[in-house]
Amino acid sequence: MSQAFDNATEKSVQLSHGGGGKEMNHLIKSIFFKAFNNPILANEEDAAIVNIEGQAAFTTDSFTVAPLFFAGGNIGKLAVAGTVNDLAMMGAEPQYLSCSFIIEEGFPIRQLKEIVDTMAKELHKSCTRVVCGDTKVVPKGCADGLFINTSGVGRILKPNISVKNLQVGDAIIVSGDIGRHGAAILMAREGLALESELTSDCANLWPIVEQLIAANIDIHAMRDATRGGLAAVLNEWAVASNVGINVEESLIPVSDEVKGLCELYGFEPHDLANEGTFILAVPSDIAAGVVEIIQRYGHCHQAAIIGRVDADHQGKVVLKTPWGSSRYLDLPHGELLPRIC
Amino acid sequence: MIELKQLYQGFRDPDTINNLSKEIHRLANGYSGKINIMEVCGGHTHTIMKYGLNQLLPSNIEFVHGPGCPVCVMPKERIDHAAILASQDNVILVTLGDMIRVPGSKGSLAQFRAKGCDIRPIYDPLDTLTIARENPDKTVIFFAIGFETSTPMTAVLIEQAESQNIDNLLFHINHVLVPPAIDAVMADPQATVNAFIGPAHVSVISGAKLYRHTVEQYATPVVVAGFEPVDVMESILRIVKQKVADVAELDVQYSRAVSEDGNVHAQQKVNKYMMVRPQFRWRGLGPLADSALMLRPEYAHRNAELIYAEKLDVADIDDHKACQCGDILRGIAKPKDCKVFGRGCTPESPLGSCMVSSEGACNAYYRYNGV
Repeated sequence: MSQAFDNATEKSVQLSHGGGGKEMNHLIKSIFFKAFNNPILANEEDAAIVNIEGQAAFTTDSFTVAPLFFAGGNIGKLAVAGTVNDLAMMGAEPQYLSCSFIIEEGFPIRQLKEIVDTMAKELHKSCTRVVCGDTKVVPKGCADGLFINTSGVGRILKPNISVKNLQVGDAIIVSGDIGRHGAAILMAREGLALESELTSDCANLWPIVEQLIAANIDIHAMRDATRGGLAAVLNEWAVASNVGINVEESLIPVSDEVKGLCELYGFEPHDLANEGTFILAVPSDIAAGVVEIIQRYGHCHQAAIIGRVDADHQGKVVLKTPWGSSRYLDLPHGELLPRIC
Repeated sequence: MIELKQLYQGFRDPDTINNLSKEIHRLANGYSGKINIMEVCGGHTHTIMKYGLNQLLPSNIEFVHGPGCPVCVMPKERIDHAAILASQDNVILVTLGDMIRVPGSKGSLAQFRAKGCDIRPIYDPLDTLTIARENPDKTVIFFAIGFETSTPMTAVLIEQAESQNIDNLLFHINHVLVPPAIDAVMADPQATVNAFIGPAHVSVISGAKLYRHTVEQYATPVVVAGFEPVDVMESILRIVKQKVADVAELDVQYSRAVSEDGNVHAQQKVNKYMMVRPQFRWRGLGPLADSALMLRPEYAHRNAELIYAEKLDVADIDDHKACQCGDILRGIAKPKDCKVFGRGCTPESPLGSCMVSSEGACNAYYRYNGV
């Protein structure tokens, strides 16, 4: 069945691929089943039958990104890493994912295959399986190429990780340099003629979290700093736990490329999205050991303690500059738009 | 090709900033008067607030925030023009940055976009050429905003449209000029400003000579400053030195890019396509003679204001009564003097432009101040 796509006689997705008939069956079998190959999916029942022991975490997310391909990943990598990371951040081992595609008529088959193959590779990193899914094809102009929704179920291995669980005295740790995903997307979107090795930080975080859980680390709060970046996570935590958070600007790792791009557009690295960088709150006395565990991973060698939780400025995040002044690190507002001059 | 790493220049050395602060304290302590420095440009306001530089200064130095944010000074009727143009059949409206967030009398451009208007914020004005080329059956209107800094980019866009015969690209020009705004601030009897930090990027184009009139007319020091923390602190030190020596001079701190005459080529290009507009109404400052630009008559075929004149109301529309953006832009009030600051007026739900714009004084105070 896959011959037709492999020899490229069909180059793009047609409305008929979403019609529920022969063509749709062809698309699903030759692309999705081939990439996500596993016995539960292959059963082709109306719903997947799965086994979960104990407490489970369940999450869903929809992915729309322009452009669909960017330095360091594509929408497929995001769709798997994003949902796996949401589970991991709750101390849950990701186990089963669902996956729904909304495809615009005319979308190149070659790109769809590339995206799905990336998803399969990403799933493999956390031994997670796509066990059910859905495909819709919408007329040209009704979607921006491809939208993906993934939902995920995971088994809780470490309970009580919560935004409400920050304690005065906790250390705040960031797992790597911040802002790279937002900056990479901005560069790809605007076609900037800039020479840079900047890539998205998009990554599956479960392997690191698994090690932290295995080391029995007392994690009070943990969150991946996606849209809204570091600033959004810290503000959400400060409000939810009714504490103040103080961070030192000089301790926050930011690459030269991201700093440069922020200079150009008037953005702040703390507001830019990440897709493989997460923030933790842990008791201060174990913080250095936590950083050491995280740094063992290739993309996390810049993990660092960036601040502390305290009782002042409840509900606020205070950023201390390297020259001794302080200011609030506010939530980013609305769309990120560049300065005018 | 620009090397992205080169953009981060490192004018944020803590030791340098702390040493500048100590020197400013030492000199200002020997000065008996108050030094009220207006930073004309919103970019400087944000540098000061974002990096907490105001916390590093002695109590006899105060910042007064000026009218130099192109979004903040745009009156509602001009934003309404943009919304009306965007609402026309087969029109794509293109504009820069956070202009789309500022409320006009019937809503912001972002709200009109949500209603289905084709409104596109862009990073580079030349992107408008691509939009016009890709949409030959539509009229693309560039809603041009900004001070002397961004005007040459509009001039280049007009030049490209002319030379490439891109006939579906029109312009609604709202470019404004810094010197008349400074004159308007100083003409106010309540004005307390006795020194200026001049925007460096304006001077890169227009030259430092742009501020000679200010120095001579008002006997105030003007230091043309860059936007990094070290730039601003060094400029403050230079102002204090002038005050202590009781002189008023034009001084260029941002000498790495600013010359006396500026970019003459860019000025010529602007003059080729645009001319001074007899009058332009500024938000907060009211109507100011010779304070803005318009297309020259020979480019009337690209002038959206003329082509859509029948649909564009020219009546003045005042701000919300409770909003004090006008006084803040004139330098006679601080954001926290405004009764609705942080309550009825926030970045998520702004009443006035100073809260909307990322370069606005209220936005800077709301985001960074009060620790």
